[in-house]
Amino acid sequence: MGHYLPHTDAQREAMLDALGLTDTQELFADIPGSVLLDHPVNLAPGLSQMEALAAMKALAAGNKSYRLTLRGAGCYDHFIPSVVTRVAAKEEFVTAYTPYQAEMSQGILQSIFEFQSLMCELTQMDVSNASVYDGASAATEAAVMCRERKRRVALVSATVHPDTIATLRTYCYGTGDEVRVIPAQDGLTDRAALEGMLTEDAACLIVQQPNFYGLLEDVCGLFARAKEAGVKGVLSVNPMTLALLPGGKEVGADIVCGDAQPFGLPMAFGGPSLGFMTTTNALMRKLPGRIVGQTTDPAGRRAFVLTLQAREQHIRREKSSSNICTNQALCALTAGVYLTCLGERGIRAVAENCLSKAHYLAKALCEIKGVALRYPGEFFHEFVTVLPVDARKIQDVLEEKGVLSGLPLEDGTMLWCVTEKALRSDLDQVAAWVKEVCEA
Amino acid sequence: MEIKKDRLYSQSHEWVLFEDDTTATVGLSDYAQSELGDLVFVNLPQEGDPAVKGETIADVESVKAVSDVFSPVSGTVQAINEELLDTPEKINQAPYDAWLCRIKDVTGKDGLLTAEEYEAFVAGL
Repeated sequence: MGHYLPHTDAQREAMLDALGLTDTQELFADIPGSVLLDHPVNLAPGLSQMEALAAMKALAAGNKSYRLTLRGAGCYDHFIPSVVTRVAAKEEFVTAYTPYQAEMSQGILQSIFEFQSLMCELTQMDVSNASVYDGASAATEAAVMCRERKRRVALVSATVHPDTIATLRTYCYGTGDEVRVIPAQDGLTDRAALEGMLTEDAACLIVQQPNFYGLLEDVCGLFARAKEAGVKGVLSVNPMTLALLPGGKEVGADIVCGDAQPFGLPMAFGGPSLGFMTTTNALMRKLPGRIVGQTTDPAGRRAFVLTLQAREQHIRREKSSSNICTNQALCALTAGVYLTCLGERGIRAVAENCLSKAHYLAKALCEIKGVALRYPGEFFHEFVTVLPVDARKIQDVLEEKGVLSGLPLEDGTMLWCVTEKALRSDLDQVAAWVKEVCEA
Repeated sequence: MEIKKDRLYSQSHEWVLFEDDTTATVGLSDYAQSELGDLVFVNLPQEGDPAVKGETIADVESVKAVSDVFSPVSGTVQAINEELLDTPEKINQAPYDAWLCRIKDVTGKDGLLTAEEYEAFVAGL
């Protein structure tokens, strides 16, 4: 490959001269010898483009690609229209980093503004930020927003994704705050247990919709009860479901967050993902990260600016409450293009497809002897079944057929997910294979 | 710039108006508001919060920056001026009427400046 380092030897020497040094190594003179490498880094000399391409293809060939994915658990296999990939791959978008000389980059600011506007409309909230890393960090940053001097405890339902709870614990370990997990009953947040946990030191209640088991929580009831106790409601939601379910304010959420990966982003072995956060005007100043606003320039033209930055760490230093200083600009742009392409009707069609196909597979599987739904609640596009055989056996058999099965859970059950990509014939075939395994 | 003679001041530009020996209201001086520029948001403490002399008790946000307000005395927050939450611009319009909070059980009055001393202090900045 070519040499893409921007400096010539002459330029390096000029810089060293200006510093009064003779060797680049002298720049590291302050680093103790005990932690310095005492030999050159063992790097191969580099490959030609043809060799590099061959090496990468050989690596890629080691990947297992499934023709059908029935696994979600936080990362979802939706169809991505070609135009989405094509637009998002435009070089000016791909190479635009999150803007530092922000207002010079009107294009990228506009793309973020569009993303924010779409997320506000979808979640039915007042304000959105420019995005954060993923759904887990979004939910955790939401908990940080709710923290007050006398309210330092984050209540989180046991039915929230385990990765989100783990991320929350990591953050709270650093700040000395406490995480209390509300137990589950029949796969749903235990309402009775919540009653005793709405203490005066509780800051927020985090509920996931649909929850980790795919079930629909009574978020209205939970948040209403929390509000009475002065506890803020954080709704961690799969945004695809918002095409069918009521928005954030309607269910009493103070903050809506989640992972917008289902909007045009490939599963890509688990990332990059796209955390989103929207909130009310009342909490707007606590929203972390970048926020793009629309204004007019001195000539009266429409222009975009970074706004509400005064509490960010580059200004408030150690007094800022969040260390988020970037966003997932390209992923947010992709989600924006996806939502724009599909429109309100398109998103609703995808969501309805997921819903009905998941229920179709659930019904087909439950006709097999020994297979049944683990929980009685209503679900969206994921559901848990009990199985008469080891879940890993079903995973292995389906893998041979090129199908990624549901996720085997610790209690021997399986968490299935069906999106619009599965055809009815696929689902019939999968049910037949599972039946063979179960009845063998 | 106005410096009211009926109250005391801190070097961090808060004013203190004693209602009695142990109760005082706190606000920002005319100098402070004019240096900060147009205020768009104010973040006040909660009733019952401890106030510690020299430590942050509130913050005010102008278009470009958030600035801390330091408590000029120690004590306990008895009341806050909730009106400012919706109309922070009142601090710019009438800094000596726009009190931020009232502090009870006040201690640590030493080191506060009289109006004359504060005027001299500001003149030297």
